[in-house]
Amino acid sequence: MNETLNITIIGILIFSAIRLATPMIFAALGGMFSERSGVINIALEGLMLCGAFTAAVVTYELSNPYLGFLCGIAAGGLLALIFAVVVIEFEADQVVAGFGINVLMLGIPALLSSAIYDSAGSTEQIPKEYLLPEVFGLNIASILAFLLVPLAWYVLYKTPFGLRIRAVGENPEAADAAGVKVQTMRYTGVILSGILAAAGGAYLSIGQSSFFTRGMSAGKGFIALAALILAKWRPIPVLVACFFFGLTEALAIQIQGSSWAKIGGEDIPVQFIEMLPYVLTIIVLAGFIGLSRAPKALGIPYRTKK
Amino acid sequence: MKIFREALYPLIAVTAAFVIGGILILLIGDNPLTTFQLLLENSFGSARGITETLFYATPLIFTGLAVAVAFRCGLLNIGAEGQLYVAAFATAWVGIKFGGRVVDVFGDKQDWSWAALPAILLVPLCMATAIIVGGLWGAIPGYLKAKFGSHEVINTIMLNFIAIALVSYFTQYHYKIPGDPILQTAQIGDAATIPQLNQFFSFIPADVKLNISFLIAILMCFLVYVFLWKTKWGYELRAVGQSPSAAEYGGISPKKQIIIAMTISGGLAGMVAIGEVMGFRHNYYHGFSAEWGFLGIAVALLGRNHPLGVFIAAIFFAILLRGGIFVDAFTRYVSKDLVEVLQAIIILFVAALQKYSK
Repeated sequence: MNETLNITIIGILIFSAIRLATPMIFAALGGMFSERSGVINIALEGLMLCGAFTAAVVTYELSNPYLGFLCGIAAGGLLALIFAVVVIEFEADQVVAGFGINVLMLGIPALLSSAIYDSAGSTEQIPKEYLLPEVFGLNIASILAFLLVPLAWYVLYKTPFGLRIRAVGENPEAADAAGVKVQTMRYTGVILSGILAAAGGAYLSIGQSSFFTRGMSAGKGFIALAALILAKWRPIPVLVACFFFGLTEALAIQIQGSSWAKIGGEDIPVQFIEMLPYVLTIIVLAGFIGLSRAPKALGIPYRTKK
Repeated sequence: MKIFREALYPLIAVTAAFVIGGILILLIGDNPLTTFQLLLENSFGSARGITETLFYATPLIFTGLAVAVAFRCGLLNIGAEGQLYVAAFATAWVGIKFGGRVVDVFGDKQDWSWAALPAILLVPLCMATAIIVGGLWGAIPGYLKAKFGSHEVINTIMLNFIAIALVSYFTQYHYKIPGDPILQTAQIGDAATIPQLNQFFSFIPADVKLNISFLIAILMCFLVYVFLWKTKWGYELRAVGQSPSAAEYGGISPKKQIIIAMTISGGLAGMVAIGEVMGFRHNYYHGFSAEWGFLGIAVALLGRNHPLGVFIAAIFFAILLRGGIFVDAFTRYVSKDLVEVLQAIIILFVAALQKYSK
């Protein structure tokens, strides 16, 4: 194999990895705010779908991707609010409720799009000129996602708000005693997660592709969750983990049917590359690669002492 | 009246789902009453309606029981989907390897089997495979939780993806008949199949695939009840679910119970393969599960983690699943996705009402 080909392949892989990592970065950063405040968020998948569907419908109807994007993240925030009420107000099991949100977002977009567009669960194709534009070969949503990482780091570690979020996730009793409104902080964390995950979803439907299809996030919300755990709930490692997962996905797409990806004349089965993020997460979670420590109060409802 | 109290919150959740779903249907522009009538009525009144509903309910009973047993030990098994996938593939593999299966590859007869066991040996062997392989796949997150304290929810989610990729690999590269455009294995040997109930009961239409596995599902409801409430092991398992620290104080090892509960849970989920592989499709077909593993969570929640409740809830969801097809066909705008919306609202309400129902 000659060198130019090598470089081309690496270039394609990196660009493709950035594109594929974009929705995961949004969702994982969102999940970080929720989980750092003490609320387990397996609803990322559903929140992404909510953003993807709303963005696709609004962009198509109004021919404006920016409005579509904004409506998408607003819808994500609203759905996250419902989730927050169920888990914070009613103290429902956070995993069960998150799972319910995911199922809801398989159903509702499909139900509405078959009613509005008379198609089996997908929206109409948006003309290319109304999709989120690209700058320097990268979608502006990708650029936004990468810029959000340092911002999230700053917010989480350098602002009073971030301190409070972390405090209610680690030790809500102490935070409460210090005058922090635990419930309010958790609402904020969960709603932020909805907004960010929905931004990732919106990128899927009006950036990467040009319409919404049923279940189009295809497990990306769960990979984002895996990335978050791998990153031990920290923003900069979240970026690294998401990029790595994007790379494995890019690799999986590239090797299908290509001549260079062979070991001893045999194809590398794409399934094994697909499995990699999940296997890695289990290994990290078991503590084989450093200690994985979740926020202490993660998953535990908190009742304000009267 | 304990039974009424137990049934109250599930009924509130179902009612809420129909009210909210009804409003949604109105907004879409259809008539909620006729839609719900289509959703529900086709499962009653005819032998076909009833027996098809029971066919839909069978896998849900298994996965519902699977999730319920784990719940009783304080664990949430989101991995029933992965467990039933590996179990189904393994069952088909045994059915091919020990079922004397000769495969036609472009006109060339190839013997893919190692042996041709008689049905009296092969049927129990395949059933045991379904249970053991599902159980082992379930045991992995149980072991990881007991040994390293890693959360079973994350691990079962990850293991679902791994399971599906793994069996897809084995099917695609090793057990698919070359040239077959569909991702499925060769057929299992005839001796590995179990009979359909229409062979014994003439009132069941010939094309309804309800098979022996439904009777096994009923038996499992009974066995799970006996296990959980009438044996020492079941008592210990539930004790850990109620309070791990109190159980430990009482001399019960929570770690051991966690592994046991997840193994049983996985085994029950794996039993879906008995009906699907041995009773219905007679091979492993990729994508055969209509997300039964996940529906099992809704079934267990609505059934309040009790075998009788699971049975009733499984029938209820089976009615919805089957009714969804009629809604799709006979309403103007509403699609079968309505079923998922109702399911989601039920899950959210049951979860939200949990703290009042204790």
